[in-house]
Amino acid sequence: MTRLFDKTFWGLTIGLVALFALNFLLEEWMRSIGLQSLSRGCVAIGLLVLWRTGLVSFGHALFFGFGAYTVAMLQIIGVNDIILLLIGGCATAGLLALVLGFLLRQYRAIFFALLNMAFSMILYGVLAKVEALGSTDGIGINQVSFFGFVPSDDSYRPTLFIFAVIFAYIAAVGSHWYLKSTLGLMTMAVRENEIRVEYLGYSAEKAIHIKYVLSGVLAGMGGVIMALTIGHVDPDSMVYWTVSGDFVFITILAGTGNVGATFIGALVYELLRTYAFEFAPEIWQLILGGSLLLIIMFLPDGLWSIRSEWRNRRALAAAKSGDAPAGE
Amino acid sequence: MDFELLLVILVDGLVYSSYLFLVAVGLTVIFGVQKVLNVTHGAFYSFGAYLTAYLIGLWINDAEGGAFELLAFSLAVILIGSVFLGIVLGVLIERGLLKFLYTRDEHIVVLATFAGFLVLEDVILLIWGTDPYLAFRPLELMGSSEITGLIFDNYTFTMIGLSFLVAFVLWYGLNRTQFGKVLLAVIFDREVSMAMGINVTKIFLITFMIGTFLGALGGAYHAPIISVQPGIGVEVIVLAFAVVVIGGMGSIPGALIGAIVVGLSRAAAVHLYPELELFVIYAIMALVLIFRPEGLFAPIQARKI
Amino acid sequence: MAHVLEVYDLEKNFGGVVAAHNINVTVDEGETIGIIGANGAGKTTFVNMVTGYLPPSGGRIEFLGKSVVGLHPRDVTKRGLCRSFQVPQVFLSESIFDNMLVAYGIAERSGLGLFTPIHTDERAARVDAHLKRYQIEDYRDVAASALPQGVRKLLDIAMATVRNPKLIMLDEPTSGISVEEKFGLMDIIMEALRQEDTTVMFIEHDMEIVERFVDRVWAFYQGEIICDAPTAEAMVDEKVREFVIGQEYHPAHLEGGAHA
Repeated sequence: MTRLFDKTFWGLTIGLVALFALNFLLEEWMRSIGLQSLSRGCVAIGLLVLWRTGLVSFGHALFFGFGAYTVAMLQIIGVNDIILLLIGGCATAGLLALVLGFLLRQYRAIFFALLNMAFSMILYGVLAKVEALGSTDGIGINQVSFFGFVPSDDSYRPTLFIFAVIFAYIAAVGSHWYLKSTLGLMTMAVRENEIRVEYLGYSAEKAIHIKYVLSGVLAGMGGVIMALTIGHVDPDSMVYWTVSGDFVFITILAGTGNVGATFIGALVYELLRTYAFEFAPEIWQLILGGSLLLIIMFLPDGLWSIRSEWRNRRALAAAKSGDAPAGE
Repeated sequence: MDFELLLVILVDGLVYSSYLFLVAVGLTVIFGVQKVLNVTHGAFYSFGAYLTAYLIGLWINDAEGGAFELLAFSLAVILIGSVFLGIVLGVLIERGLLKFLYTRDEHIVVLATFAGFLVLEDVILLIWGTDPYLAFRPLELMGSSEITGLIFDNYTFTMIGLSFLVAFVLWYGLNRTQFGKVLLAVIFDREVSMAMGINVTKIFLITFMIGTFLGALGGAYHAPIISVQPGIGVEVIVLAFAVVVIGGMGSIPGALIGAIVVGLSRAAAVHLYPELELFVIYAIMALVLIFRPEGLFAPIQARKI
Repeated sequence: MAHVLEVYDLEKNFGGVVAAHNINVTVDEGETIGIIGANGAGKTTFVNMVTGYLPPSGGRIEFLGKSVVGLHPRDVTKRGLCRSFQVPQVFLSESIFDNMLVAYGIAERSGLGLFTPIHTDERAARVDAHLKRYQIEDYRDVAASALPQGVRKLLDIAMATVRNPKLIMLDEPTSGISVEEKFGLMDIIMEALRQEDTTVMFIEHDMEIVERFVDRVWAFYQGEIICDAPTAEAMVDEKVREFVIGQEYHPAHLEGGAHA
C-alpha cells in the first residue's frame, strides 16, 4: 500500500508491454475488440471511482458521447491530430462534468443515477436533431495523424491501437494512484459515512465533485477512442441510455476492487457480446442479461469481497486470542 | 397563437399523455410499494403489445362480423391477455428474481431488472421473431374524427377514457378498500407492517402482478396504433422513467400529472418547435429533479430517526 | 484561565418545540464538564449547534474568542472543536487502521496534497501510536463493523481527536456499554485526552461516572440549563434531584466516596 509501484502498477505495465507485442500478431477483428475494450474500460474506471463513493450513474454515455462528438466537431474545424483530439475530448467532457457537478454533488442514490440519465437523454435529444452533426444518422470520423505522423493505410489501425493502449495505460495508472491518495480513499469514506467526513474537516460534496469530474474526463477519453475506432459517431450508439447501461454492466462484471480488473471486465464484455452476436444472434441479449444476473446473484461485489471478508475474520480471530481491553 | 393550433396541441397532448400514463402507472405502483425501479417494465409493455398484435392478427384482422362484436372481442383479447401476462410474468419476475434482491442496494436492483429486461426482450424475439405485427382492425372499426382540419383516430380518444378509468380504479382500490389500507401500511413502513402481522411477501407479489398487468395493458392497448416490432420496450421504459420521476416516484396522481405535463409539452414542441421534441421531455425531467427531486407529487414518507 | 467556549443566549426552536432556551455557559481550559438530563432535554441539540450541525435560532457561540455560528461542521472541526457521537460514526466496512489512516489523511492534507499517497510509513506510525493511546491496537486490522461496541466507541473518539482538538464534546461515550466496562472505558478515554491536553465535555446518564470524572455539571431540562455548578453541589441541588437524577440517588461523596 505504501509504494506507488505496487503489484497493480506492475500488472498494468506488463499488460501494456504484452499488448504492444500482441499488436503484431492480432488480426484486425481482434484489434477492434481490443480497441473497444480499451474505450469502454476507460469509462468503466470512471464509474468504478463513483461506485466506490456509493454512487452509480445511469447516464455516463453523456460524457462518452460528448468526447466522441468533440472529435467530430474538431475535425470539422480542421483539427486532426490524435493528441489534440484526445485533449479536446477529455477537456470538454471534463468541463461539462465540472459544471453539472455543482448540481449533481447534492444528489445521492437513485436520484443521482436518474439525474445523470436525464442529462444524457437531453444530449441524445439534441444530437438527434442537429443537422450539422448528421442528426440520427451521425457523422463520419476521418483517419487522424499521430503527433504529425501519418501512417500508411496498412499500419493505421496498429498505430491507433498502440496509442489507445498508451492512453488507457495512463488513465489506469493515474486512477490507481489516485485511489491510493487521501482524496482517493475518501471515496470509501464518503460512501461509508458522510457525517464523519464532515467532522474530520472535509466537504463530502467537494470530494464527490472531484470524483465526478475525473469520471467525466475518463468517459470523454473512452468516447474519443471509440469514435476513432469505429470511424463514425451517432446518437444511438454513443449517447442512448442503453450505452450507459453497458458501462455499468462492465463495472459490475469487473467488480470494483481493482483498476486492472476493469479492463479485463471490458474485454470479457466485448467478447461475450461479439460471440453471442456471432453464434446466437437471436439470443445475444439474453446471454448478456443472463450473465449479468448470475454475477449480481452470486458475485455481488466481484471476487474482491471474498478476499476482504476472509482477511477480516482472520484479523478478528487474532484480536480475540490476544488481550482485548474493552471487548464484549 | 391561434385557437386552432392550441386545440390541436391540447388534443394531441392529451392523447399522448394518456399513452404515457398507461405506460408509467404500473412502474409507479411497483416503485411505491416495493421501492424497486423496475426496468423489466419495458418488456411487460412489449409482451402486452406482441401478444395482442399476434392474437388480433390471428383472429380479428381478417374476421367477418359486426363492428361491435369485433371490437368487444378485441377488448376481451386485450384485457384477458394482459391479465394472463400479469400473472405469468409477475410471478416469474417477482418470485424468480426480485425476491432475492430486496435486501440489496437499490441500484443493484435496478441493474438486475435491466438484466431481466434484456433477457425478456430476447424471449419475445424467440417467440415472435423480428418481423413487425400490425393489429389495425380495431382502429379501422372505430373510425376517425376531424378536429380543425386534423384527423384523429377515435381509438386514441378511448385511451384517454381508459387512463381515467385506470386512475380511478387504482385510487378507489387504494383509498376505499381493505386491501388498499393494508397496502398503504406497507408503503408507509414495511417493518412495522410485518410486525403487525401483515404478510408483506404476499402483498409484494400481488402488487407486482398488478404492476405487471398495467404494463402489459399499456402495450396491449397501444398495439392497434403502433407497429409492434423489436425495440418498442427500450423506448417506452425511458419515457416512463421520465414521467414517474416528474410526477414523484411511487405516486399515482403524480404519474397522472407527470403524464399530462410531458404529453402537453411534447405536443407543444412537436407543433411549435419540432426540433425540441425529444429534448423537452428530459429537460423537464432534469428541471424537476433539480428543483423538486422528490417529484411534483411526493408520496408520504415514514419518518425514521 | 482563558475561556475555551462561551455561549450566550442560545435559542433553538423546531417548529413550535423549544429545544434550547436562554443557554448561557462558559468552559475554561482544562475543565471537565458533564452534561446531564433526560432524553429530549436538549443535550445533543446543544452539541449539534455548537459543532455547526444545526443552526441556532438565536444567540452567540464563541470558540477561542471567535464566533462559530454559521460555520459548517468541517470548519468548526478545523478550528479545533471536535466531537464524538452517541452512535459511533465510523467507516464500517474498513479496518480500524484504515479508518484512522483516512482520518489522519484528511486532517493533515489540503489542496493538491490530497493527491499524495495516503499511506506513508511515518503516518502509519502515528496511527499506531494513536491506537495504542486508546488501547485498541489489538483490533488494528478488524473491520469496524465486526468490532465490539466498546472498541467502536473508542475508535469514534480516536477519530475525533486526530486534529488534536482544543475542546472535545463526547456524546454519551458509555451508552450501550455494560456497567462493568463503563469505568474502564472512561479511564482509557480520559487518560488519552489528558495526554492530548484536550478540554472535555461529555453527555452522560450514569451519575457514578459523572461524579468520578467531572468537575462541573450542566443539568438540562426542557431545553434549559437548570443547574451549572461543581459536581458535588449539583448532585444535591433540589431542582437537579427533582427533574434529572431522581430523589433516590445517593451521591457517592456523601457516603465517603472519592472524587477522582
